[in-house]
Amino acid sequence: MPTLAIDQVKVGYSNLIILDDLSVEIPEKKMTTIVGANGCGKSTLLKAIARILKTQKGAVYLDGKAIQLLSTKEVAKKMAILPQSSQVPTGLTVYELISYGRFPYQTGLGTLKVDDLKHINWAIEATGLNALKDRSVEALSGGQRQRVWIAMALAQDTEILILDEPTTYLDLAHQLDILLLLQKLNKEQKRTIVMVLHDLNHASRVSHNLIAMRNGAIIEEGTPKQVMTRSNLKAIFDIEATMSTCPFSNNPIYLSYTLN
Amino acid sequence: MSEYVEQSLEVKKKGLASRPVIATIILIGGIIGLLLAIGISVSMGAAEIDVRTVWSAVFQYDSTLVPHQIIQETRLPRVIGAALVGASLAVSGSIMQGMTRNPLADPGLLGLNAGAAFMLAICFAFFPGLSYLYIILFAFVGAALGAGLVFGVGSLAKGGLTPMRLVLAGAAVTALLVALSEGIAIYYRINQDLAFWNAGGVSGAKWENIKIMSPWVILAILGAIVLSKSITLLSLGEEIAVGLGQKTGMIKLFGTLIILILAGSAVSVIGAVGFVGLVIPHITRFLVGYDYRWIIPCSAVLGGVLVVLADLAARMVNPPQETPIGALIAVIGVPFFLYLTRKGGQPL
Repeated sequence: MPTLAIDQVKVGYSNLIILDDLSVEIPEKKMTTIVGANGCGKSTLLKAIARILKTQKGAVYLDGKAIQLLSTKEVAKKMAILPQSSQVPTGLTVYELISYGRFPYQTGLGTLKVDDLKHINWAIEATGLNALKDRSVEALSGGQRQRVWIAMALAQDTEILILDEPTTYLDLAHQLDILLLLQKLNKEQKRTIVMVLHDLNHASRVSHNLIAMRNGAIIEEGTPKQVMTRSNLKAIFDIEATMSTCPFSNNPIYLSYTLN
Repeated sequence: MSEYVEQSLEVKKKGLASRPVIATIILIGGIIGLLLAIGISVSMGAAEIDVRTVWSAVFQYDSTLVPHQIIQETRLPRVIGAALVGASLAVSGSIMQGMTRNPLADPGLLGLNAGAAFMLAICFAFFPGLSYLYIILFAFVGAALGAGLVFGVGSLAKGGLTPMRLVLAGAAVTALLVALSEGIAIYYRINQDLAFWNAGGVSGAKWENIKIMSPWVILAILGAIVLSKSITLLSLGEEIAVGLGQKTGMIKLFGTLIILILAGSAVSVIGAVGFVGLVIPHITRFLVGYDYRWIIPCSAVLGGVLVVLADLAARMVNPPQETPIGALIAVIGVPFFLYLTRKGGQPL
């Protein structure tokens, strides 16, 4: 039984249906990346998994139980979500923001206990934010901010991490920096990671499992070697790509491409 | 992980303590300031009464003495009313700003106060002599009406509710409701009754009003403190709050009810006074940081101080005439509003 299973879900916004009758399983303790063109429904799928969008039909199962039937706080102890482009409230320090990751474990007015502080400090350490923890979040660079949000999700101490385009708006070095951080968390901590990425080569490089989508349906699913093929890229994006192999991961990458 | 435990204990001992310490100082200092302001306000007025007489009027009331009567029957309910109104407006403004992430949210700017005042006009016109208990209930409904109209109009526009659009919708709805209230007032000849509400003033506050209003206000503020942690989370964004396991729908529902009760209570005593709910939460946030567990109680106290002092000034500027308190608060509020809009009304 996989930790996360999406079973025949129908999801959309009011009367616009984005996903219909979609099923997929997310392998445990692996990195899974959802890729696809703009508007193909990849973020919608991620939001449905994260229970931010309710399913109109079907269900998302977490450890075999329908997620909408579980207490939302219990779910928050198993799965942390990093939405796309989170806006930072002004005047919050790095430490304060990360400490909100402990909300699912708090009761009443929520004072931080030693166990909470332990996890917060661990998250700060794991994301290399020690020197910045007393700084105001708004004063940080984009890459540092993304680390802070990831640290907040880590402080939540969940088996599953869900990230919606965690590398958007970052430069090349910082993009890779975030991805390698996630890879490390997956390797060392055995956390299940599900994310949406725009950059196919990045997705291929760090993922164990790729889910390629188009028009609300899954075109192909499997290892990067299975999914990153010329014919699949054509089917997903309508492009003619020249393929090569990443010297670091030995997974396929595209060198360049032209429109079909 | 033991090193993290050690680190954590160290943090608990020194580092993170600073903000709660500042907030505690603000809270205690604010309460002392509020008591002082109340004391000064009670002793000053058309008839000067010295502090000792004030003290004995409060604690050894003698109904045969005129100064005692003035204090017990007019000044004390008035100043307590002012403190409650200030606390209500400031707390409802804080919750609105936190829940909507809108730095320009204020019960005055977003039509709640005008809605409540409109309902008061209806009360006076159609149900004259209605007891204050019903008037305050009408005010709650009016606040809901105003808020509903503003959010309705605001979300009709393409691109949804931006802070600026909400404020524009608020201005339009307020103009409409004020015009309607005045129309009703002229047609039913209730101008006199409504005059002090429109100008905004606590001179009408009586013990009867305070007795009915204070349980609502106190319960609503306590409710706001219970919700405060959740409001902080909500202010990080709805998706973040859901991800952290918050029942956002329920928090928003309770938050909205508290806002309506506070704005309605305030208007039922003072009329449609704006800007308290805008200015105080910003100042408080600047002083105590981002945690609503501190912002809400500190806003309540500082809001009380502001309105008590504004009421005092309203009596002192041009005695024996009373200057409209709404105008005095606007003197501080308008430049502050302009400053915030210049910053572009970015989400909090």
